[in-house]
Amino acid sequence: MQYHTPASFEDAAAIAAQADGVTRFLAGGTDVLVQLRADIVTPDTLIDIKGITGTRDIARNPDGSWQIGIAVSGAEMTEHPALGRDWPGVVEATDLIGSTQVQGRCTMVGNLCNGSPAADAVPAMVAAGITVTVTGPDGTRDVAVEDIPTGPGKTSLAKGELISAVHIPARGDHGGDAYLRFIPRTEMDIAVVGAAVNLRLEGDTITEARVSLGAVAPTVLLVQEAADAIIGTTLDDAALAALAQAARDACKPIDDKRGTIKFRTHVVGVLAQRAAKIAYERAQKAGK
Amino acid sequence: MSKIHVTTTVNGDEVEFLCDPRETVLDVLRDRLGMTGTKEGCGTGDCGACSITLDGRLVCSCLVLGVEAEGREIATVEGIATGEDLHPLQQKFIEYAALQCGICTPGILVATKALLEKNPDPTETEVRYWLAGNLCRCTGYDKIIRAVMDTAADMREAS
Repeated sequence: MQYHTPASFEDAAAIAAQADGVTRFLAGGTDVLVQLRADIVTPDTLIDIKGITGTRDIARNPDGSWQIGIAVSGAEMTEHPALGRDWPGVVEATDLIGSTQVQGRCTMVGNLCNGSPAADAVPAMVAAGITVTVTGPDGTRDVAVEDIPTGPGKTSLAKGELISAVHIPARGDHGGDAYLRFIPRTEMDIAVVGAAVNLRLEGDTITEARVSLGAVAPTVLLVQEAADAIIGTTLDDAALAALAQAARDACKPIDDKRGTIKFRTHVVGVLAQRAAKIAYERAQKAGK
Repeated sequence: MSKIHVTTTVNGDEVEFLCDPRETVLDVLRDRLGMTGTKEGCGTGDCGACSITLDGRLVCSCLVLGVEAEGREIATVEGIATGEDLHPLQQKFIEYAALQCGICTPGILVATKALLEKNPDPTETEVRYWLAGNLCRCTGYDKIIRAVMDTAADMREAS
């Protein structure tokens, strides 16, 4: 295994583009090293991108948007004094990944690129409207988070491409987000179902919403019908019922040891409703 | 395969080693530096037996490569006591019999020391969540939690 520590994303992309065999990028390593240790994936080329300038930084831009370095750990996001005030759903979802020890290393980008449909950070990232910059041999492009995963363990990133920056939109006025998951334990488990809601209010009426579901399809879903069910409403009982129905209609879960199709389909509606209520309450309290 | 030269700090002492890029910090500590206090349990980041701090941050040493330790500061269970004087956590673990086979103990000591440095007055719930990634198959956790809570109370009184 060749180990590289490039000084720029362009260099990292160039190394990956020229490499033969299996290539992995290393930031927190909480998936890459597990797969290496378990002999699931042994990379021929391992490219450690933590040494690149800015990859450990959390920065708030003048317009209120955020740029999160690709190697910022879950613990660093949780400890940040202001990020969680703007985007509690994104921070809490990332905080659900693994143990305290894993939080010391795991990253949002790793959670995204691992391609698990049950990734906890990803539904919250999709609901928040986060985009990422992808650097490759031919330059950079900006991509919405929902367009990165293409199936379990698979992404739309081409050979030589890697995510080089995470952009969280400005929170703006009267907005709130939330992510909830179901697991049979209280901690240290993989989501059986996840649901994230991000919305904005004008008075008591929802004017914008994004609803994302996890672990109920081959990829994390962005469900426009579920958002439409609550936009223009005050999240009354009829809107909540329509939200749950839209979420259930959108999901295409599998039966496995962690949950049946019937169970997942039921729970996704319940969690979408609860997440929407939390996001709504947060938006009411957020003010300007 | 060529080995990589790494210079790092372990419990305040500068150390150098050569390692294969696939070796973890856990492998390096135990097999190259002879520091066997850090234990291997699962080897995949689930059990916490190999907990160390890296630049003050609690991590599983089985999920950090040896080459990543270049220029960093590692702290292990061997650095918790001062000479023959046990750390208050170590004394309380003995007093409460908060260990049986002892495999999880180094990781739990490293993890709880990191917790008390960050939060000297944790609730029982906070201790339990903090230690969710430290598995013990002997004691059933209650004695561990009581030992940590009592240590925290003593250390607050002493400070």
